[in-house]
Amino acid sequence: MSVTEQSERGGGINFARLLMSFGPLLFLAALVVVFTVLKPSFIDPINLFNITRQISITGLIALGMTFVILTAGIDLSVGSLLAFCGMVAAVVAKGGAANTLSLSTSGTQGYGWFAALLAAVIVGAAAGGVQGLAITRLKVPPFVVTLGGLTVFRGLTLTISNGGPISGFDASMRWFGTGLIGPVPVPAIIFAIAAILCHIVLRYTRYGRAVYAVGGNAEAARLSGLRVDRILVSVYVIVGFFAGLAAFVLSARLNSSEAVAGIGYELTVISAVVIGGTSLFGGIGSVGGTVVGAALIGVLQNGLQFNNVSSYTQSIVIGLILILAVAFDRWLKSRVRR
Amino acid sequence: MPVEAAPALLAVDGVTKHFAGVTALSDVALDIRAGEILGLLGENGAGKSTLLKILSGVMPPSSGRITFDGADYAPSSPQDAKRAGIVTIYQELSLIPTLTVAENIFIGRAPTGPLGLVSWKRMERDSRDIIARVGLSIDPMTPVSALSVAEQQLVEIARALSLKSRLIIMDEPTSALTETEVQRLLSIMDRLRRDKVAIMFVTHRLEEASAICDRMTVLRDGRLAGHLDRQGGPIQLPRIIEKMVGRAASELYARPAQRAVAGDVVLSVRALRTVRDPEAPHAIVLDGVDIDLKAGEILGVAGLVGSGRTELARAIFGADRIAAGTITLDGQPIAPASPADAIALGIGLVPEDRKHQAIFAALGILPNFSVASLGRFSNGFGFMAERRERDALSGFRKMLSIRMASAEQAIEGLSGGNQQKVILARWLARDPKVLIVDEPTRGVDVGAKAEVHQILVQLAARGIAVMMISSELPEVLAVSDRIVTMRRGRITGEMPGVEANEEKLMELMALDKQDTLGQDAQGRDAERQAR
Repeated sequence: MSVTEQSERGGGINFARLLMSFGPLLFLAALVVVFTVLKPSFIDPINLFNITRQISITGLIALGMTFVILTAGIDLSVGSLLAFCGMVAAVVAKGGAANTLSLSTSGTQGYGWFAALLAAVIVGAAAGGVQGLAITRLKVPPFVVTLGGLTVFRGLTLTISNGGPISGFDASMRWFGTGLIGPVPVPAIIFAIAAILCHIVLRYTRYGRAVYAVGGNAEAARLSGLRVDRILVSVYVIVGFFAGLAAFVLSARLNSSEAVAGIGYELTVISAVVIGGTSLFGGIGSVGGTVVGAALIGVLQNGLQFNNVSSYTQSIVIGLILILAVAFDRWLKSRVRR
Repeated sequence: MPVEAAPALLAVDGVTKHFAGVTALSDVALDIRAGEILGLLGENGAGKSTLLKILSGVMPPSSGRITFDGADYAPSSPQDAKRAGIVTIYQELSLIPTLTVAENIFIGRAPTGPLGLVSWKRMERDSRDIIARVGLSIDPMTPVSALSVAEQQLVEIARALSLKSRLIIMDEPTSALTETEVQRLLSIMDRLRRDKVAIMFVTHRLEEASAICDRMTVLRDGRLAGHLDRQGGPIQLPRIIEKMVGRAASELYARPAQRAVAGDVVLSVRALRTVRDPEAPHAIVLDGVDIDLKAGEILGVAGLVGSGRTELARAIFGADRIAAGTITLDGQPIAPASPADAIALGIGLVPEDRKHQAIFAALGILPNFSVASLGRFSNGFGFMAERRERDALSGFRKMLSIRMASAEQAIEGLSGGNQQKVILARWLARDPKVLIVDEPTRGVDVGAKAEVHQILVQLAARGIAVMMISSELPEVLAVSDRIVTMRRGRITGEMPGVEANEEKLMELMALDKQDTLGQDAQGRDAERQAR
């Protein structure tokens, strides 16, 4: 924000603007303080790194979801798509769908972690692309297409896995889920790198500008010469890619791909994006906000668990926080407008 | 006609309305009697819609007095106005498309049976009677979405009648109708007049107004320009045009000196046809349009709402599909299938509805400016070259004197005029060969209007072929080197800007020689030739 702009606005409004940018971050800080006071061991680095590991799976998908929601779209299929991609990764890693829990499998007939990773992200991106095409070509709203995708991908997962898990990967693959670089869990590092890349793409590239424009006003974007349909398809490819990447990391962490993995993830992911300040109407939002939103949910879950709050109550709290966060955002915007 | 003839049903006296320092209506007076059709006429911006909003309870006047049926009338909401007996039928119809005709008529007051449940039988029978009054013979259980616009309009009128409305205000009811539908509507208005309903007919279509109205009230620049009476015969068009145009309006815009002769033909359109809906090919929007646009000229396109002027721009720009005809640019035939194609060929469009079609309200000025030139402002890897982008913006900021605080400022915070300058800069950044501007000064305050006009003149001087669409005749006259008029999807006239005046243009825009509205059409023609 430049000096000239600030001088045009009143002091109170400036405060509201500041809150709008840093509100979720302040709330996150406050939560950390509260949980630390309640139980000082909360702030222990081991626990904090544990939180980063926990949020990295939904966080990765939330990065992709940020692109989608910026275009005023939604993707409800990500949880199922994660399970599907995880299963694909497992099949490739193990060279088949046989449900064998062989603990030391190095040297068996699988294709290795790299092929598994590649398969997961390619299948994820392709599945996203198909949904994107259905949205743009068949003119079916994203909500409906991805609601269909939610059941289709779950069904596909159950079909290839025959309902059960596929478990037991080699150590090189498991490292992506359980390994550490120094004190930092590998999933957290993957999440951080991905977040930085997404931030750069949205903030500094031509493509990022187009995403904001399409979400801000699709008709104006079309009349400004943007290929709106292509951009819409691309954001579903991106979220699919991240569902695939998250699937790979999750399977590596659990040493197993579960047919029931990722149930309800779409809600956590969308919550993270929305709490992070991205507007469901499109055009407004940022990767930074999404990272904070994901961290906020992670801290809440972990902190409540730490204080022996039941998972039932956790759901209640997180739901209320989601509504309050959006209400607060609305209120701030009405202040800034005035 | 002396006012004592019959007591006025509605009387408006000294009504004034200010908006944030702008006076939209100043000391306006009019009255309507039961069983009378009053025409409310005036150019765009004359204050008609403000007056409508006041009468229909959307907003209160700043000062002045309104009486309805002898009592003070100050509705607090549209519902309030309806209860009092005044119903307004807008261009955008207010029916709920998914419900049936009967449900729409009885919305919120469905007839009920003994158990308090909706009596569908009674609703159907009653609605059949009601819609018969407006000459409709459709099944009342048809969903509204299956009706034509004209039929929907009649359903709205029927609903108004069933509410025992005593004054029906119709806002441009004929703009979306075919000739036959217009005739039917006029005859129904005539029937309602005999039933002692008062009708306020707000329209641009002078012939229709002349054919049906008993009296007219003409507004100009927010003031009363005068009342006209049907003394024996229909109110003659020259009298209306004279009142609408006035003298003051043309003095607002000083015509720049005649510029250098225009260059070669850049854009050429031949026999262009478009249809509204491929499923209904008879709904023609453009019906064989020929137009040439030369480098360095401003071609003014004048036409009423629905004349096809915006559709012409959209067809050239690749935003609407073309049914037949050819477009050539620099002698090469082109067929832009999308705006992106047209833009790549060097065509730009400043659309008429800035808020919905041009502005990204949530974004700052910089992305709003560069959205059509992302390729020019980015490097080979797709990264924005922000330095170059900002430099370009600040260049246009000086050239167009855009008043803004910073490139990051939200574009919504700018005035209408400055927003429009940013949109113009968006296109200038691409060095277009052809720039089409549709209603370039809509929602722009008077001072900035002149600036926008100056900018258009400068662009033409730089060799850009400018096509300016406008419904404000003073504006067309002020900046155009050449003017074409449109009506019902056709070009109805062409003349050099220096030879044009408002009367000539208005006749070409509003009159159609093939039309025979009323038996006095020939008499009017004779009179026109005599002038």
